[in-house]
Formats: sequence, structure tokens, C-alpha cells
Amino acid sequence: MDIGQLFHNLFFDYTLRTVALGAAILGVVSGALGAFAVLRRQSLLGDAISHAALPGIVIAFLLTRSREPVVFLLGALAAGWAATLSIAAITRTTRIKDDSALGLVLSVFFGFGLMLLTFAQKLSDARQAGLDKFLFGQAATLLQSDVIAMATVGALALGTTLLFWKEFKLLTFDADYAASLGYPVRTLDILLTTLLVVAIVIGLQTVGVVLMSAMLVAPAAAARQWTNRLETMVGLSGLFGALAGVSGALISSAMEKTPTGPVIVLCISALVLVSLLFAPARGVVWRRLRDLRNQRRVRTAHLQP
Amino acid sequence: MTTTAVEVRDLTVAYKDKPVLWSVDMQAPSGALMAIVGPNGAGKTTLIKAILGLVRPLAGQALIYGKPYLKQRHLVAYVPQRSSVDWDFPTSVLDVVMMGRYGALGWLKRPGAAERRAALEALDKVGMVDFAERQIGQLSGGQQQRVFLARALVQNAEVYLMDEPFQGVDATTERAIVRLLQELRSQGKTVLVVHHDLQTVPEYFDWVMMLNVRRIACGPVREVFTEPNLRATYGGKIAFLNGNGVGEIQDGYRTALSQPVL
Repeated sequence: MDIGQLFHNLFFDYTLRTVALGAAILGVVSGALGAFAVLRRQSLLGDAISHAALPGIVIAFLLTRSREPVVFLLGALAAGWAATLSIAAITRTTRIKDDSALGLVLSVFFGFGLMLLTFAQKLSDARQAGLDKFLFGQAATLLQSDVIAMATVGALALGTTLLFWKEFKLLTFDADYAASLGYPVRTLDILLTTLLVVAIVIGLQTVGVVLMSAMLVAPAAAARQWTNRLETMVGLSGLFGALAGVSGALISSAMEKTPTGPVIVLCISALVLVSLLFAPARGVVWRRLRDLRNQRRVRTAHLQP
Repeated sequence: MTTTAVEVRDLTVAYKDKPVLWSVDMQAPSGALMAIVGPNGAGKTTLIKAILGLVRPLAGQALIYGKPYLKQRHLVAYVPQRSSVDWDFPTSVLDVVMMGRYGALGWLKRPGAAERRAALEALDKVGMVDFAERQIGQLSGGQQQRVFLARALVQNAEVYLMDEPFQGVDATTERAIVRLLQELRSQGKTVLVVHHDLQTVPEYFDWVMMLNVRRIACGPVREVFTEPNLRATYGGKIAFLNGNGVGEIQDGYRTALSQPVL
């Protein structure tokens, strides 16, 4: 398929248009909120939440026997929340450090989810429900109504982030100081984490629970390389996420039998690689070149007394 | 009689089962420049955090001008330890200083021209106005500390609580900070400073709180900063020279760092 045909399809082919739009929305929302998660050193929390969503999805199906994506997403939301609360409870009440608590919750929830999934797959109506698509995502199953739901929820999440911008910035940079100024740090923390859960849930159908955390961490890591301003970083992160989403959708539609989710993740990984190497001030390549130049200057200065 | 700016009554704080502060009383009169000294693990930072309501005490209370912190927080500015934040955070010096106005701004309102002006003024006071647009990660330790001080200054508070503002700063910055603290005192503000360098206590401060989980002494430096009190605060781990110079023993070695020997 040639490029022109591909772009034609992007606007006029129902499936491709839906998938690309969905991927773009998931990229913007997870990129923007992922930036906060990365700055708060909560990259792994995103991973734990997305893995923990699996049992929520299966339980939601077992309880309702409904195939509506909204039902699955509500289940994912509840389980993601439960995982977050479990991690907080473990670190607060025991001597287990937060990285171990994350690991524990991730594996327990995910393992439980896999077990439930195997059980549910044996039921006659479960196979058509396509529960297993949430493991690695299946963008082709996106419907226009799903995309509208994603856009609505995503807009709400981004709107809330903009509304509480100053508060979130302060919380992320210096939580103790925020508390000393009288801001309810616990409530803000819960709010921002809830938005993170929402961002994850939006992406599950497309990217899947296993790879979703890449969509939180990678755009933010790439964006951080290009700027020293939070505003620009969050914007760029969303842009990179969307770019990867649309490119992933296009590439996987152009090549037969390539899954969209993993291709999107590969696209964002390529963006990260380029950013790490070539971003102007922080790029590894330029830094190395500067070092070499400095070394040469020092050496010549020594040779000419 | 002067009024009491900061009063701590019977304050007890424990992390898990380990008491960090045990029934501590403290009074800082209005206009005092007070050092809080004590060995590592004495509870100095915890005392500051308990006054600010950042840690919950098991018992006791802290009052600012006679009322709980919750009602008086507009009177208080906090300078946390420099190491408590990530200095690679993507933001500028000016942005960090403007955060000092966030408390007065309240919910949802964005900082504007007035906040910008106040921040630049504070940066000028700490000699950092040329660095306003700099990314905070590109600053030296002393410069970072000055940014934190500027952030507290824009709060325009009556009481300043500072956690180790001299930690890891160069001699120039230390002198600049001391001048600033003394200026605050001359404006009638009350300043409490967690401090490590015992030799400079008599020179920089007029009040001192000597703490080692329990309160050892609290009062004017001239009256309470004495050898017996220092021994009681630091246990045997202290070396005295010439009766007034003091040095801490590190890892069991006597370090005679009372007066610089040239």
C-alpha cells in the first residue's frame, strides 16, 4: 500500500480512522499524565495499576456478563484504585518499602487476573467477549462509540489537570512545602493518582495491560529531554504520545498481521531513543561531543606553555 | 514582657515504636533568632515538622502566637532541607520562588504580575535576581539554598522555620544567609534554624534550643549554651577546647575543630 493511499484511509476508512483517533487520544492523555507520574517517581505505580486492571476487567464480565467496553473499563478503574490503595496501605502499615509493595501488588493482582481469565475463558459466552484482548490490546476492536467515550473521559482528565495545575505542580515538586502552605496534600495526591488510573484505563483496550505503562513513562522521558519547563514537558509528552499512537496505527494497518498496541509502543520507544541521543542540551551525543572538545582544548593548552 | 511567637508544649512524636521527641517544651519569644541544636537523630527536623503539622504528634501541641498552626499558617514560612526535593525538576528559579505565594493565592488562581514582582524582589534580596530564568538544576548548592530562602521570604511571614539552611553551602552564601537572618530579626520576625555547627551558635544566634529527644535546655545563648548543657545534649561525644570552643567527635575520633588553626 502506498503512502498516499494510507493517508486517504486515515480519513476515510472507518476502521483505520477509529483506531488512529483512539490511539491519538490514549497517547495525549497517558503522555500528559505520565509526565506527572514520572516526575513524582511513580513510573512503576503506573505499571502496577495497569497490570492490576486485569482482574477488574474479568470480574466485571463475570458479574454482568456484559460485553460493553464501559463495563470492562469500570472494572479496570475499580481494580486500579484497589491496587493503589493496597500499595499505600502496605507501605504505611508494614516495614515493606514501596518498591517491594509495588512488585507484590502487581504480581498478586496480575496473577489473580490470569487465573480468573483462564476460568472465564471456559465459559461459553466469554470467548466472544474477547477478554484476552486486554492482555496485549486489540485496537481493531475499537468502535466509534468507544472512541467517543475515550475522548470524553480523557477531556475530563486533562481538564482537571489544567484546573489544578498550580496545585499539582507544587505537590509534585515539594509536597511537604505544599502541606505547610495549607494544601490538603493527601487529597491532591489521591486526585492526581486517580487521573493516572483513568489515563491507564483509557489505553487498555488499545495497548493492553502488559504494555500500558510504556505509554505513561516513554513520552515523558522523551519530552523531559527537550525542555526545562513543566508546561512544555507535559504538552510535548502528550504530543509525543499522540504521534506514536497515530504512527503505530498507520504502520500496523499498512503491514499485515502486525498488532497495533506493540507497534505504538515501538514508535514511542524510537522517539525516546532519538530524544536521549539528540536532544539539544541533554542529548548523549552532544554531551559526548562537548566533553571531547573540552578535553582537546585542555590538552592543547597544556602543550603550548 | 515580650510575647511568645512559637510555643511547644509537652510534644511527643514517635515513628513506629521509636520515640523521636519525648515530652518536649519550647518557647521562642517574638523576635528571637534561635538555633535548634542536637546530635543526629535528636529530633530537630521532626520538631520543625511537628510545629508545621507535617507529622502528627502522639501528645502535646505547638502554638504560633497562642493559636494552633492550622489557624496561623499565613504567619509561618518553611524552608525545608535542600535535599528534600528533586532539583532536576523542570522549572525555573523564578517559578520556585513564586510558589511561596501559592498559599496566599488560594485554590485555582494562577500567579500573575504581582507574584512575579514579589518573587523578583525576594531574589534580589538573596542576590539571585540574575538567575531568575535559570533551570534550578543548574544551580550550585549555595544557590539552591538561596532560592529556598527567597521562596520563604515572599511568604512575608512572621515566623520562619528553617531546616539546615547552612547545609553544604559555601562561605559566601553562609555569610549572606546570616545577614538575611539578622535582617529578619531586626524587622521583629522570629526565626528558628536547625543548625549543626556548634562553634557559630554564639556568633549567629541569640537563642538556642538544645535537643536530644528530650529538651535539654532552651533560652538565651549566653545563659544556656554551657558546657554542662552541651555534655547533656551530646553525651560524651564532644570535645572542649579553651572552655568555649566546641567540636563534635565523629566516629569516635576527637576532632579539635574549635578554632581554625593557621
